[in-house]
This record gives sequence, structure tokens and C-alpha cells, in this order.
Amino acid sequence: MRYLPLTEADRQSMLEAVRATSVEDLFRDVPEAARLAGPIGGLPNHMGELEVERLLGSMAAKNVPAGSVPSFLGAGAYRHHVPATVDHLVQRGEFLTAYTPYQPEVSQGTLQVLFEFQTQVALLTGMDVANASMYDGATSCAEAVMMANRITRRKKAILSGGLHPHYRDVTTTDARFIGFEAVALPAAPTGGEDLLALVDDKTACVVVQNPDVFGHVRDYTDLAAACQAKGALLIVVVTEALSLGLLTPPGDMGADIVAAEGQSFGNALNFGGPYVGLFAVKDKYVRQMPGRLCGETVDADGRRGFVLTLSTREQHIRREKATSNICTNSGLCALAFSIHVSLLGEAGITQLAQLNHAKAVQMADKLAAVPGVEVLNDGFFNEFTVKLPKPAAAVVEELAKRRILGGVPVSRLYPGEMEDLLLVAVTETNTDADMDAFAAALTEILESGALA
Amino acid sequence: MSMNNQGRPSAIPAGAASFDGVTGTVTGNRGLQIEEPLIFEQDSAGRTGVDLPEAPKVASRLGAVKPRAKVGLPGLAEPQVVRHYTRLSQKNYAIDSGFYPLGSCTMKHNPRLNEKMARLPGFSDVHPMQPVSTVQGALELMDQLAYWLKTLTGMAAVTLAPAAGAHGEMCGIMAIRAAHEAKGDSGRTKILVPESAHGTNPATAAACGYSVDAIPATADGRVDLDALKAKLGPDVAGLMLTNPNTCGLFERDIIAIAEAVHAAGGYFYCDGANFNAIVGRVRPADLGIDVMHINLHKTFSTPHGGGGPGSGPVVFAESLAPYIPVPYVTHGANGFALVETVGDGQAFGRMKAFHGQMGMFVRALSYMLSHGADGLWQASGDAVLNANYVMARLEDVMTASFEGPCMHECLFDDRFLKGTGVTTLDMAKALIDEGFHPMTMYFPLVVHGALLIEPTETESKASLDQFVDALRALAERAKSGDVAYFQAAPRLTPRRRLDETAAARKPVLRWTPPVPAEALAAE
Repeated sequence: MRYLPLTEADRQSMLEAVRATSVEDLFRDVPEAARLAGPIGGLPNHMGELEVERLLGSMAAKNVPAGSVPSFLGAGAYRHHVPATVDHLVQRGEFLTAYTPYQPEVSQGTLQVLFEFQTQVALLTGMDVANASMYDGATSCAEAVMMANRITRRKKAILSGGLHPHYRDVTTTDARFIGFEAVALPAAPTGGEDLLALVDDKTACVVVQNPDVFGHVRDYTDLAAACQAKGALLIVVVTEALSLGLLTPPGDMGADIVAAEGQSFGNALNFGGPYVGLFAVKDKYVRQMPGRLCGETVDADGRRGFVLTLSTREQHIRREKATSNICTNSGLCALAFSIHVSLLGEAGITQLAQLNHAKAVQMADKLAAVPGVEVLNDGFFNEFTVKLPKPAAAVVEELAKRRILGGVPVSRLYPGEMEDLLLVAVTETNTDADMDAFAAALTEILESGALA
Repeated sequence: MSMNNQGRPSAIPAGAASFDGVTGTVTGNRGLQIEEPLIFEQDSAGRTGVDLPEAPKVASRLGAVKPRAKVGLPGLAEPQVVRHYTRLSQKNYAIDSGFYPLGSCTMKHNPRLNEKMARLPGFSDVHPMQPVSTVQGALELMDQLAYWLKTLTGMAAVTLAPAAGAHGEMCGIMAIRAAHEAKGDSGRTKILVPESAHGTNPATAAACGYSVDAIPATADGRVDLDALKAKLGPDVAGLMLTNPNTCGLFERDIIAIAEAVHAAGGYFYCDGANFNAIVGRVRPADLGIDVMHINLHKTFSTPHGGGGPGSGPVVFAESLAPYIPVPYVTHGANGFALVETVGDGQAFGRMKAFHGQMGMFVRALSYMLSHGADGLWQASGDAVLNANYVMARLEDVMTASFEGPCMHECLFDDRFLKGTGVTTLDMAKALIDEGFHPMTMYFPLVVHGALLIEPTETESKASLDQFVDALRALAERAKSGDVAYFQAAPRLTPRRRLDETAAARKPVLRWTPPVPAEALAAE
């Protein structure tokens, strides 16, 4: 077996050294009834690289890669071009095959990356500090709510109807089992919810999203001030991190905590994971944060270096008194995020964000020109909602038959509801020809009576 | 020299005309060890590492929100970015470069075939919300992985959703709670956790609203069955136990433990962090376990990546199988389908957005297929043999905490350092100078000054021998009274011991633009 260096001769001499008669002898503490006599049944024996490639390659070939067809899917996962440099650097073994940097003398590479990542996230979100990443945007959101509970010593969260339903569900699942109240407002495809009216003296936080799940861009400055006046925190969720390159950031609006999904930078779609949760807060809340933090210090020779710090918040030190049970973060995805953001820089990020927005405006106009189709958004970044004269899920299936991935039917996220609504995302990867093909196919499907 | 707002040096002395007192070079570099400033210290306005087309000229449609004036990111060209991260990578220890015997972390070889498979566009370039008709292969892969995990554990059901081990623990404890609630049993407020447990176990139980009651260990490093029985009762929701445990020992009484927990109406959660010791040889279902998470990044070699991403599928026995989160894959006449809505069936909720860590699923299945049933049998055997070999070769110079055989890791404590003035930490730092990553230190908490060594099956005998020889020499050196040598270690690393106290006392968690030293002095 190619991954196992011990030879039969090694094993024999090692067994002598440990005074055992066989490897099986070393398992003698396992109750005999539970010990298998030989390799487990029901599974194949080992395979060479070529055979594994064939087998997995045949599974991969049954999928339609988003990049092989015009694709307009978003809803919390976005297909952006990732520069070749990113994957090259991420695959360096010193990054790929290192552990969490608990031994700082031999982990300065990972630690400096985390310090830079934290700074980039703080700058993008307009917040004071950020942690070294969470599992994904949804778990980041739920952790933000629990952090607000700790800070305010209150136990109620108000979730906007513009919050991504998966983020809502992760938060309400935690609410049920961890023991707090999460009031989720109904979906708000055209906005108009009065969040502030629900804030009372038991409310720990209000959770909003920008742009929201229907693509609306909103200014939460007034809401932030009003929440704070009532002793509640404002949590702003961002699922399309590239929007932070163009829009007034949540920090400038007065957000207390930002919980975001960072996949758009450096990370492939990967059918939904692994992604990278971003988590940023105001300075005064640092010691209530979940997750790892990297900090600057000096070494025995007085030279600048980095270490994991404030670990007295964490489970490996505090055990049942920790701020969160989180241990693993999204190290490699955070590295990919960081490299992509470094490549873009100030000039690149602004230009990329503008490019996304401009293309989305063009696509919205093209779709609005299709008879029977209505764009619901006044303001949006690179994603918007259209109302169709036919059920969106059926339209998307028809589009898929024509090899176009034409957005996410809203009913996929809200089963049985809003069946005529479709979410359409546009990025720099969509060409003019893609956009024209989408509009033309949609026109044809709606006119042809393909859908009775 | 510029200082940051904490009054610390913000950059390496640029253009220094004299030799640096630490390294003896003008640049501060030492041959292949090259100093690297922060990315923010390499900024030049307007420079970028990407070339993008001009945005089409359209009137922007941002609603009530204004475009932001600036972000504040530095501008670098591509070659600078490549060099920056390459240099940083060279300051890391990694499995690719050497032996990484961190106990309970299973730092085994990460095959590059798995990386290649995860990057096939059919897996990596698939959107989670594509019509299911366009992702049949992705769902098939998830179904196959689920089959392998169920077969290897003997369990009835599996969820792939959790993003990491601790997340899997959370999922398992939620399932236990949901099951008790479904039976109308609300009196169970306690989870029992042995003293030797990973910190995540008590943290998870507490996060889910349970009080945590610690169970003491016996003199031979196992759960005290009598003490456990004494604590079991109608207020206990379940037991969280790592097996093999964190002392590297198999819980000999495990079947009796499971029976006692079940007799008291509780569920038995097993922390599967140490599954690598028994994978392919022992099925957890045969031990009476009800629910267990599996760290794909340990047992199934998905890369640790400097701290993630992980993946923590959870397997369930029949008793808990109805209580799993969404999403999960089903199979019908039209091929594979996804159940992804909370409220369908008995699913207790959702753990994360979308469908789990697909990129990790591909890598793990690639690993499993490569090994097969015969390879996994050999792998767990070699992992256990390697650990026992290290233990046998060190027993006479270090103090093993418990009698063997051990499983995949061996535990020593600091009795052998008594009176030398050298600590466990000092030993670890001296090992770094010898070219090894230290073992896990000061964990588990049940012995004093713990040194927990997990070699894994992917180390050769020569590599183990070199490690053992180095450790033996260091142990002799400590006993000879050369304390100063240990306290000054490590000497040969890019940085020497770092001041962690200062870092925590006045935290600097991000870069800020430097303030000239004179301005700080004037304050």
C-alpha cells in the first residue's frame, strides 16, 4: 500500500521490540467479540491512483460544472474568477499540511497570514477587529447571536426576513438547543419590515443582511442607532463579500458585529463547502469573541512575531466555560481569501466590485425587457430578484435542458412559497454572450408554452 | 524605526547600515530564512496583482447606499504576492517536511491524489443550488461516502453536515436532546464527561445547556466504571467518551459502560477523534455506541491546512437515526435527491449553510478508495504498532504514565524530569531545534506535564528511530543538569520563544498604519 512505509521486516523487528507476538496482540484490550478477524466486509480492497481517478472522474463527469455553461447562481455562493496564483500558493505543503499554529516558533508563516487576514477582514467590513475565521457565514451568524446574548445578558434575537434562510435555520436550531429565543420574520422579497417595532428590553440583537437574500441593498445606519438606544446590538450579515468593495461597509453604518461569508474571495463553489466564515466586531467586544485570534508580540530576541492569543476564551483552556465550542476554523480557505484579496489590492477590489455591479445592471435590464418579467429591486449589488409569469423552478429546469444555469428559484430556499420568484446573480465570469443567451432562452421558454 | 500604536517595531529595519545584533546580517535574513514584512508594509498606491476589463458604463443602481470612498487595502503586483506567501510558507513546519507527532491530532501524510480529485471541475466548480438533475455525481459521491462511513462504524445512519469535529459533537448532543424531548423526558440535565476528555466535549455539552459532571479515571488510565455507575440516573442525558481515550488506551470496559448508560436511559456519545487506531478493525456499533463524530481531517487524511477546514460527519445507531439534521441524500426512481428543508420528517434542524464540506468529502473518499478494506486494516495496525514501538524505546529514559499496550498514541508524564529544572515545554522546544514538531503537551490533564506522542502509520521505522534517538539524548541531557540549554531553546527557528503574556495583556490583533516614534514619545 503506497502510503505505508513499514516493511514486513520492519514490522517483525518492531514487534520484537514491543514484546508482542503480532499486531493483533496489541489490540488485546478490545473486547474480543468486537474485534474483526480480518479486513472488514462489504468494501473493496485497495486501488492504485489510476483506478481511483477513473472512479471519481466518472462521478465528477455526471455533474454540470457551473463554468461549462452560462451560470447565474448566487444565493450565498458566488462563482468568481480565482487567479491561478491562489491555488498554487494554497497547495504549498507548508501551508496545506501544517496543524493549527500552537507552536509559534515553527508556525510564523500561518500566524502572519492570520494576522494579515484579520486586518483585511477588519478593513473590508469597516470594523475594529476580526477573528481568524469561522466554519462559514451561517455558523458565523449563529455565533454572533450567541455573542450578543453574552454581551447584553439578554436572550432574544430578531432575524430579518431578508436573512438567508439557511443562516436563519442554523440560528434557530442553535436557539432551540442552546436555549435562547430567535424571532424570524417572514421573507420580505420587497422589503418593508419594521424590525425596530419588535425590539424590547429582552432583545439582545437584530440580525439583518446586506445585500439581503433578495439582493436589496440597504442602509442600516438608522437601525443601528435605534437598536443601540434600546440596548440591543445590530448584527449585519454579508453573504457576498465582494459587495464590501463597493458599498458603505457595515462598520460605517454602526454595526456591532459583522458575520459574513468569505467564499467569493479565493474559494471555489465546491458544491457548498468548505467556505470561510468572517467574524468582525467593535474593539470593546474582543474578549467575548468566539474562535481563534492571532496577535502581535516579540520573541526572546526582541523581534516582531505572532502568536495565538486571548485563548482563555477557548475550549481547550476554559472547557465548559468557553465562549464557544469551536476548535477548527477554516485556515486554508482563509489563506485563499487572503491571497486573492492581496492580489486585488485597493485598485483591484474596487474595479472588480464595479464590474460585477455594472454587469448585473445590464442583466437586469435585459431580463426586464423579456415580456412578463419584472425586476423587483431598486438597489442591488450583483444579485437581484425577478418575478416570472411561470413557476421559477420549472423555468430553471427548462433552462438547464438548454444548458443554462439560470439562477436559484426562491422556492428552493422557501419551499412552497414565492414560486414565481427567481434569484439571479451576475459576476465578472458572465460574458455578454452568456447574458444574451439567458435572456433569449427565457423569452423562448415563456413564449413557447413549454410550460403549460 | 517605525513603531506601531503599541510602541513595538512595525517593520524590519529597512536599509540598516549595520549588522543586526540577532542574526549577524545586515538584512536580518539568514540564508534561506528570509524576513518578510507584512503585506500592508509593501503597499504602493494604484498597484494591483490582477488585470480586469473596464466595467461597462452604466448608471449605478445601489439604492440608498453610497459607494464607499476607500477600503484601505495595500497594492502589490503578482510577483510580490507570490514571494510574500512563499516566504511565509517557509516559516512553517509541516507534515510534508517532517515528523509531526501531535497526540490526538493524527497528523498523517496527505496524499496529493486527493487534492487532484477535489479539484476536478465536476466537484469544485458545482454550485450548491444547481438543479439536482445537474449534480447527480456530487450526490452519488456523498451517498458513497455515507456508505463507507456506515460500513466502517456499523451504524444505521450518518449526517455529513457538520463542518468539524466540535461541530459534529454539537450535532450529536443536539440529536440526543431531540430524542429525549421526543420521549417527553425533560428531566435529563446532565452530561457525564471523563476528566481526560478533549476540551471540546465539556464545551459542547455546556453550550447545549447541559451541566457537565466529570468522571474520575482509575489508576490504569480508564474510566472508573463504579464511579460512572454511581453518577448515572434519571438526570443524566448521556455520556461523552473518547475511545481509544486521550491517554492512548482502549477502554476495556466499554461494553459494560454502554450497558450501564443505556440501562439508566441515557445515550452513549463517542468522540471519534481517535478512530484512526481502530478503523477497519473494530466497528463502534459493536461497542454499544449510539452516536459518534468522525474527523475526516484526522482518520481520513484531509489536510489540516494550518487549522482547517475540517469535516465532522456523525454516525448514529438505530436509536438516534431519526434525529439527524438536514440536508441528506435520498435515492429514488429519478436518481439521487436532497432533503434540505427543516420540517421535512424528524430532522432536528440545520448545522450550516448548504450541504456540508464537499471538498473534504471528495478527499476522504479518495483516501478510502485508495486504502480499501485491506489497506485500512493495515493502516490502523501500523499506527498502533508505531506508537507501541515509540513507547517501548522510550520507557527506560522517560516515564510512561500507564502500562501498555497503547493504541495509536503513547502518553508520558514529567516524572522523569523531576528535580532537573527542565519542563515539558522546555523538552518540546528543544525537540524543535532537532527538526521535529513537538508532541502534544500538557494534555490530557489527568497526568502531570503530559507528553502525548502520536506517530501515525505513515512514518517509517527510520523516522521513528531518529526521533526516539533525539528524545533519548535530550532526556539524558536534562538529567545531566544542563537546564540552560533547554531554557534557551529553540535557537534555530525563524523566531525564538515568543512573549505570549504581552500578546494577551495588550492585544494587537490587526495592523494599523505606523506612527513615527517621535510622535509616540511626545504623547
